[in-house]
Amino acid sequence: MFDLDRWREIFQTLSKNKLRTILSGFTIAFAILLFTLLFGIGNGLKHSFEREFAGDAQNSVYIRSGRTTKPYKGLQSGRKIQFKNDDTYFINKEFEDKIQFFSPNIERRNVQAVYKGEQNRYTVRGVYPDYQPLESAVIQDGRFLSVLDLKKRAKVIAIGRLVEKDLFGELSAMGKNINLDGISYKVIGVFNDPGGDGDERHIYTPFTTAQGMYRNNDEIDRFGLTYNPKLSVDESLAFTNLLTKLLKEKHNIDPRDQSALRVQNYAEGTKQVQAIMMALNVIILFIGIGTLIAGVIGISNIMVYIVKERTKEFGIRKAIGATPKSIIGMIMLESIFVTAIAGYAGLLIGVFILKAIGDSLEKYFIVNPSVETYVVVGATIILIIAGTIAGYIPAKRAARIKPIEALNDE
Amino acid sequence: MIIIKDLHKSYPMGKDSLHVLKGLNLEIKEGEFVSIMGSSGSGKSTLLNIIGLLDTHDKGEYFLNGQLIENLDEKKAAILRNKFLGFVFQSFNLITYKNALENVALPLYYKGIGRKERQKTAMEYLDKVGLTDWANHLPSELSGGQKQRVAIARALVTNPKVVLADEPTGALDSTTSHSVMELLKEINREGMTVVVITHEEDIAHETDRIIRLLDGVITSDERTKKVKV
Repeated sequence: MFDLDRWREIFQTLSKNKLRTILSGFTIAFAILLFTLLFGIGNGLKHSFEREFAGDAQNSVYIRSGRTTKPYKGLQSGRKIQFKNDDTYFINKEFEDKIQFFSPNIERRNVQAVYKGEQNRYTVRGVYPDYQPLESAVIQDGRFLSVLDLKKRAKVIAIGRLVEKDLFGELSAMGKNINLDGISYKVIGVFNDPGGDGDERHIYTPFTTAQGMYRNNDEIDRFGLTYNPKLSVDESLAFTNLLTKLLKEKHNIDPRDQSALRVQNYAEGTKQVQAIMMALNVIILFIGIGTLIAGVIGISNIMVYIVKERTKEFGIRKAIGATPKSIIGMIMLESIFVTAIAGYAGLLIGVFILKAIGDSLEKYFIVNPSVETYVVVGATIILIIAGTIAGYIPAKRAARIKPIEALNDE
Repeated sequence: MIIIKDLHKSYPMGKDSLHVLKGLNLEIKEGEFVSIMGSSGSGKSTLLNIIGLLDTHDKGEYFLNGQLIENLDEKKAAILRNKFLGFVFQSFNLITYKNALENVALPLYYKGIGRKERQKTAMEYLDKVGLTDWANHLPSELSGGQKQRVAIARALVTNPKVVLADEPTGALDSTTSHSVMELLKEINREGMTVVVITHEEDIAHETDRIIRLLDGVITSDERTKKVKV
């Protein structure tokens, strides 16, 4: 394959026919450049979408209570619905097979947190260990709450990354004691949360500890759960509908009463987000394929034109002893060489531009616009193959044509 | 060198076919300087193309250098052309983006000869046609006569058995034509078989033997009376 003389011949042909070389190279480079840019920007849109909706587990359900707005079974409207510990057992028992993670939740807002003179106010939540995956919280140091902490009603807390930053600056909060409304809690873990700054200013303590501390009874503020991720969107909606119905029955709420008990299934949102993501993916794919087709057509046209233009030259070469194979080989190598080099150049320029402008596009809802290397390399290979085929067909015809006809071609 | 027996060739023209060569018999010996004459449409170019393996015949036998030419595929034809034949065309047919030296060296490239030797040999032949000083010029920078000299050097560079010239002077003025013919004569004197196609009487009379074609048959085949120098 590597034959110095052959390459020398090809380099000469390419460099002596600069316009032709630049034209075909430019087509390829431009197609790959456009492909990279459009694909990258499309990916940027996708990234920003993903970030926007990555706050909580996609299959999460939150159950909250309020006041009744309709009288039911002799009970007046305006009655406050209060969850209690038996609701935890009830939900666990009825839906054990559907539920993946489950946690009751006690919330106390504006809790004063003090550490050595630094202080701030945060929301403190009493939860089960299962709450961590519910919030998509990621442990950065130490650990999250454990079942043992719950059993012991331990005065331990897991704090958000920004709580640590507020109170400890650059130092580690691990193992230190923070004073929450006058009671000392030991920090056992620091987490970050893709949901953003608000979620990273939360403090989690064992549910039992919080219930004892803030309620002194068996009341619960709300429930959070994730359903089995194998459930389809429709199955999950059926599950939450049944959950709502049973809980309403249990608490003697009119089935039509919307505000006494609210079950919020993210699946409804998820369904929309998925539809939008799907649409984005289709658009990106469409853009990619469209650009590629434009490139393929461009390079094919140019190859057909080049071969046509060179018919006479091939005739001369054949008259002085070139075999058809050597003619085809020459055209192929030329076209592969030009498309590969130009494609690579387009790729480099495209990636460079994306890197250069990437950050400044965030205000246009485009985050980290980038293209997977294999996608661009794949696109370049497709164009090389297209250029090769586009060159091969007329090359074969040119090589097969009788030298005398080729010589007479003007 | 060239033996042709009962050669036929026709070209398809829509439904009909045009019978161009109608049973030619011809023998050209090694070292001859032959011209083939005829008006346009007489079949002289077709005959040259068949002799030059640029085209195929339909019927009859053709021996080149003792080898029967039949069922040639393009590859074999290319190798035989490269080995036995050198071409000179009316329109020169030089490759426009290659300089004189590179044009002359190109047949050697297809013969598989190394770069250094190609350059050396090509330079020798350029010297022979008196164009050493023009080696690095592109065809567009050369006059018609110089281009034809480059083409002749290219035809000779592989040291073929036969040089075939199709109207080599057709695009040249009479003085230049004469000098090109002188060059061909000189080559012939060195022992090369040269076949020239022309429709000009005076050009034909510079060769040793004139074959006249009319409507696809040979009408006369005579030695010129000119005394060989």
